[in-house]
Amino acid sequence: MSKVIGQRVTRYDGMAHVTGETKFVDDQVVPGTLTVKALRSPVSKGKVKNLDISAAEKMPGVAGVITAADVPCNAFGLVPDQPVLVNEDIRYRGEVIAAVAAVDEDTAMEALEKIGLDIEEQQAVLDPLEAMKEGAPQVRPEGNLQIWDGHGYRQVNLGDVDQSFDQADEIVESTHLHPSVEHAPMEPICSLAVPHAGPKLTVYTVSQALYFHLGMLCGILQMEPGDVHCKQWKAKTGSSWRHNTGYADLNYVGGTVGGGFGGKNDIMADHVAALLALKTGRPCKWRWTRAEDLLYSTFRGAWHITIKDAVTKDGRIIGRQMTSIRDAGSYASLNPYVVEKHCYLGAGPYFIPNVRVRGYCVYTNKPPASSMRGFGITPAAFATEVQLDKIADRLGMDPWEVRLTNAFRKGEYTPTKRVLNSVAMIEVLQNLAAKAGVELPGHLKAMASTQERG
Amino acid sequence: MKKQGKGIAAGFYPSGMSGGGDSSQAMVKVQPDGSAVVTVGSCDIGQGCKTIMAQITAEVLGIDYEAVKVVNDDTDNCPLSFGTFASRVTYVDGLATKMAAEDARRILFEVAAVMLECSEDELEAADSQIRVQGNPDKALSIGEVAGAGTFGMRKFILGLGHYMRDLAAMDPETCECDPFCTLAWAASYAEVEVDTETGEVDILRLVNSYDVGKAMNPTHLEGQIDGGATMGVGAAMSEDLHPFFPSLEFQPDNLGDYAIPTTMDVPDMESVIYECPSTNGPYGAKGIGEMTANTPGPAIVNAIHDAVGIWITNLPATPEKVLRALDAKGA
Repeated sequence: MSKVIGQRVTRYDGMAHVTGETKFVDDQVVPGTLTVKALRSPVSKGKVKNLDISAAEKMPGVAGVITAADVPCNAFGLVPDQPVLVNEDIRYRGEVIAAVAAVDEDTAMEALEKIGLDIEEQQAVLDPLEAMKEGAPQVRPEGNLQIWDGHGYRQVNLGDVDQSFDQADEIVESTHLHPSVEHAPMEPICSLAVPHAGPKLTVYTVSQALYFHLGMLCGILQMEPGDVHCKQWKAKTGSSWRHNTGYADLNYVGGTVGGGFGGKNDIMADHVAALLALKTGRPCKWRWTRAEDLLYSTFRGAWHITIKDAVTKDGRIIGRQMTSIRDAGSYASLNPYVVEKHCYLGAGPYFIPNVRVRGYCVYTNKPPASSMRGFGITPAAFATEVQLDKIADRLGMDPWEVRLTNAFRKGEYTPTKRVLNSVAMIEVLQNLAAKAGVELPGHLKAMASTQERG
Repeated sequence: MKKQGKGIAAGFYPSGMSGGGDSSQAMVKVQPDGSAVVTVGSCDIGQGCKTIMAQITAEVLGIDYEAVKVVNDDTDNCPLSFGTFASRVTYVDGLATKMAAEDARRILFEVAAVMLECSEDELEAADSQIRVQGNPDKALSIGEVAGAGTFGMRKFILGLGHYMRDLAAMDPETCECDPFCTLAWAASYAEVEVDTETGEVDILRLVNSYDVGKAMNPTHLEGQIDGGATMGVGAAMSEDLHPFFPSLEFQPDNLGDYAIPTTMDVPDMESVIYECPSTNGPYGAKGIGEMTANTPGPAIVNAIHDAVGIWITNLPATPEKVLRALDAKGA
């Protein structure tokens, strides 16, 4: 018998949160910390023609300025396609071109103004439907579509969807647009990187995936002994940086985060703070403003979802075709995973024997979209659940009945042929009706997930 | 004119990374006084990771929740975790923590079996004691056992756990695969009132129903459900990072213009919990962190249709979109 599991025990860190005792990244105070500010691109697409940091570097109070030349390995991400600092090609408005570490915020802001920057602006593409067309401006050299197994989409194919359309009494179609949504956590993006005399860097992070980002930052900091970065480190700290930067060289500190919702699954500030700490030999803190957080952090990319269903008179959905287009913004981030998850389960909690899903991950010149609570399933739930009511409407059927009729039962399988063993869709709907005070007809009340479909 | 309507929506959601391959490790150290420290590499982003890991550790060791400390704050000290996302922590870290606590308990049983002159399989850990099942006279406090084990027998009472699901093998043409640990189930019911003159939608009532496998901590669960529903209300009613999509020209840069719901924008919420245990999760638990934002939105959109006969196919359902749809319908 459970003594603790299932009990309403007091939240472990609740009192520390409400008394303000919990330390978030910006609460960490290390003497001598420099303030970081970033020079961001004012255009959505273009080429950097000239970048001159000499005047900024000479300014009193400026400890260091970094550009792409200061990044040992200037490509990161699960699909390592994103530069820490713009090499030459600008792919979104707000992309970071250079960063300054100075004694205070005013000095850092003034130094940004002293950076000479010439950009040749190019035609951007912001609409994923336009970006899919032949001849559209190229967002990435790899093309505007994510490729899976030679296809420009991820696909799920179950049964024979075309045949189900022939057998249907009704065909119900709809298209939905789920907008871009921001995570808007209470704690905006912030990073503090503290160098130590040994070959060690401590990074205080807002990350919701410490090890994930530890590995990624190691990749960015791959330095060869004797190269310019290692010489710089030696000059600042007197110690050498070992070959093959690894977990032992860094400590990622965090674990208690002021809200994430998927918005802190990508490195956004740790790399820049770390590189400036390496260059200056001093602690560097980069705290984004709320405006930067809203404009340039990752977000839930928008989705166009088109559904075509084959339905019988008695309310069974016998075939479903979904074509889903994700606006991924300018870099992969976690977008391919978001689309994969959408394809596995986007068709919803119903047993549909014939399913065809095509999920497109389309790159545009927006800031990179990435994970957000529910990944690709949240927008699918909007589209498919409104579609269910459209089906009910077309058939003159009750929305409860159409859902309960199609709900998964134990032993049935998902579009990827995963057989289900812990199924409660019917019971959850019945409980909902009871709680809401809706009286379901007897035949719907009598249904159970463990009954075989008749 | 004000018109009322009702709507529902259903959904499901997997626990753990879709496609598998994600890992979490845990360590449970029993101190010489019988209290415990559990160490995991996953973050608490507000969802209550620390509370759940402390509960699991306390349950396995048979000690008070208050006798467990949780450490999860850096990569030098904490074991591997892929991170806090994909509704994976209660499930994956929970399994790793349960394994680690059972491993530590095994060491305590080895010690206690010597002290009580019995076999290890006769023992149980409960009420802060290690004791022979069904024989309350043969019992030792967990502190006595941990102290004797540490100092008398030179043991390090440290349990280790690691859970990792295999990467799903996938057919590239059909995508046939087993991509998830388990599924949790959800449904929402909304009542709304639509003002046909102004296009404003007032949410009168929101009821959420979930299967969670096992309600590990009902208070946390209810908080997660209400918080997620609030996020669902935001996406349905007011949040739009790129108004006039796909343009970037009117992107909000402050929380006055980017309207996340306040307590004034959400109705009183009710929830009902069902427990259909997962076959493999700790105590049958399933992860529900993310899915709580999924069904409230479409339930509201369906309620708007029930009220005034329009389909909102482009979120959020702003007054402007409601009025334009009413105009198009010729109401």
